[in-house]
Amino acid sequence: MTAAVTTGAGMSTLTARRFLRHRLAVVSACGLALMALAAMAAPLAAALIGADAETVDLFNRFQPPSWQHPLGTDEIGRDVFVRLLYGGRISLFVGLTAALAAAVLGTVIGLFAGYFGGRLDAFLMRFTDGVISLPLLPLLIVLAALDLDKLGLPEALVGSENISLYRIVAIVALVGWTTVARLVRGTALALRERDFVLAAEAQGATAWRIMSAHILPNLASPIIVATTLSVGNVILLESVLSFLGLGIQPPIPSWGNLLTNAQELIWDAPALAFYPGVMIFLTVIAFNFLGDGLQDALDPRATEGKVTQ
Amino acid sequence: MTSFLFHRFWQSALVLVVMSFVVYSLIGLMPGDPVDLMITADPKITPEDAARLRELYGLDRPIFERYVNWLGAALSGDFGYSRLYARPVLEVLGPAIVNTVTLLGLSLLLALMIALPAGIAAAYRPYSRLDYSINMIAFAGISVPPFWLALMLIIGFAVILGILPAGGLGTGGDGGIWDNARYLVLPVASLTIASIGGHTRYMRASMIETLRQDYIRTARATGASEMRVVFGHALRNALIPVVTIIALDFGYLFSGALITETIFAWPGMGRLIFDSIMGNDFNLALVALLLATVLTLIGNFLADIAYVWLDPRVSFREADS
Repeated sequence: MTAAVTTGAGMSTLTARRFLRHRLAVVSACGLALMALAAMAAPLAAALIGADAETVDLFNRFQPPSWQHPLGTDEIGRDVFVRLLYGGRISLFVGLTAALAAAVLGTVIGLFAGYFGGRLDAFLMRFTDGVISLPLLPLLIVLAALDLDKLGLPEALVGSENISLYRIVAIVALVGWTTVARLVRGTALALRERDFVLAAEAQGATAWRIMSAHILPNLASPIIVATTLSVGNVILLESVLSFLGLGIQPPIPSWGNLLTNAQELIWDAPALAFYPGVMIFLTVIAFNFLGDGLQDALDPRATEGKVTQ
Repeated sequence: MTSFLFHRFWQSALVLVVMSFVVYSLIGLMPGDPVDLMITADPKITPEDAARLRELYGLDRPIFERYVNWLGAALSGDFGYSRLYARPVLEVLGPAIVNTVTLLGLSLLLALMIALPAGIAAAYRPYSRLDYSINMIAFAGISVPPFWLALMLIIGFAVILGILPAGGLGTGGDGGIWDNARYLVLPVASLTIASIGGHTRYMRASMIETLRQDYIRTARATGASEMRVVFGHALRNALIPVVTIIALDFGYLFSGALITETIFAWPGMGRLIFDSIMGNDFNLALVALLLATVLTLIGNFLADIAYVWLDPRVSFREADS
């Protein structure tokens, strides 16, 4: 059995084995799965300890950790643990959706630039360089402060209570696509000249078909790696914007806006500032390790000289 | 060389012009306009008055026309008044630029002084225990939220230990150099820690790549000492990609400055940008944002020059593509 596996191991087995060798990536994957489960089970956990994210209890402010409040209570007596779990839902949701949206945008731009080349390529790449050279956070702050009514968006959307959620996903995607675009463009440029693409062209395949059926599948690995690595960045950006009061708006808790209140209270309750930051840190580092491990597994050529333990 | 610089200059100028229009339009899309603010200040203004004021200030004009008017005034040196500070915009920005450059310059210098040696040490023996530890620390540095790090530093050194101020710029005290420097310690430290991780990883990756080259083996074969091999032969080539990436990170550094300055109440550009956007100070926000863009573009420009200077094999034309 073992002999069969070692000799006849398929592509996916090899990939899986390379991934499992990266111990930190495996631990991170498990940790992230656990965190996602905990976030999804937030209402359950709330019911279990008999506290929810919004109940104010002014008689029990700044409580130390106890069985009823595993991490104590905040400045108006809300349960810190439950709010952290709910915040995790938001941060993970924003991180994943915005990173995915940015990846899709970057893939489309990169594919067009790399495949069609010429003037379009020159224009798109100059545009990408321009976006990269911009001071990112100040720009995000402007985008986050825009008056959506003036943009002429439908009332149903602007008035929605989740608007701060959609907005942050949109603006992060709008500035976060550049890495994937450059990556995709570079590879597409090389693939474009390969025989199998030329053969497809000779057969009369349309540009759309060549891009989607012949070039894109060959780009899957670098896109997956870059997207995983960018999730961590997106979560950091979301937390910064929410911390500054421009991202996710209270009463929806996010790890970033939990820290906004905590900043004002660092003299009275330093612990409140500790937990959300630790959660952000652990999530971001886990996504970074995961991306590192995926890179080792999917793209062994790029991993020479990397620490893989 | 001159033609390359010339080309680069015009390209940057073009980015700047496009950017100024984009920012101008975006600011026009922010809640309220100057007349709304006047109405808030004086509720007796009638709708007719408001309409007349809008006409007077040209606010009823199309955005492009307003932009051209603004650009014309700006090119002749008139950037308007800051609403929050009731002073000409440039007067407000001047001291802020100095403060930000001090902060960014010091932390960049410190970060490089730590990150480059660390990256070289890690690269010298890849997969060793030292390499592994340096890599872990670098990963942690990349993943820590910068604003949280700043809060933790405040809690540690200002709240618990009470040995450093939590924010602001030296005003009290005896006004000596040490007294002023104390206010710089925490902001510089948090910016430095936030950027060490990335720089270390770039340096390490580039050095490993370089040490594997044939000419390094040749240098070793001639009996050159290890010090000479690493610092005399490898370092210069290994620095090439590192310099480029660091200069391209200039915009990122600016983002760091915004966070750090806001948390530590450091009166620099980052905080000014944040305050002006939050406080509907349109003139100031516009110019401050554009200035941040200019500084970033200058950083990229310097990177190009450094790139060619470090690597004579690269012609200026190649560096451009």
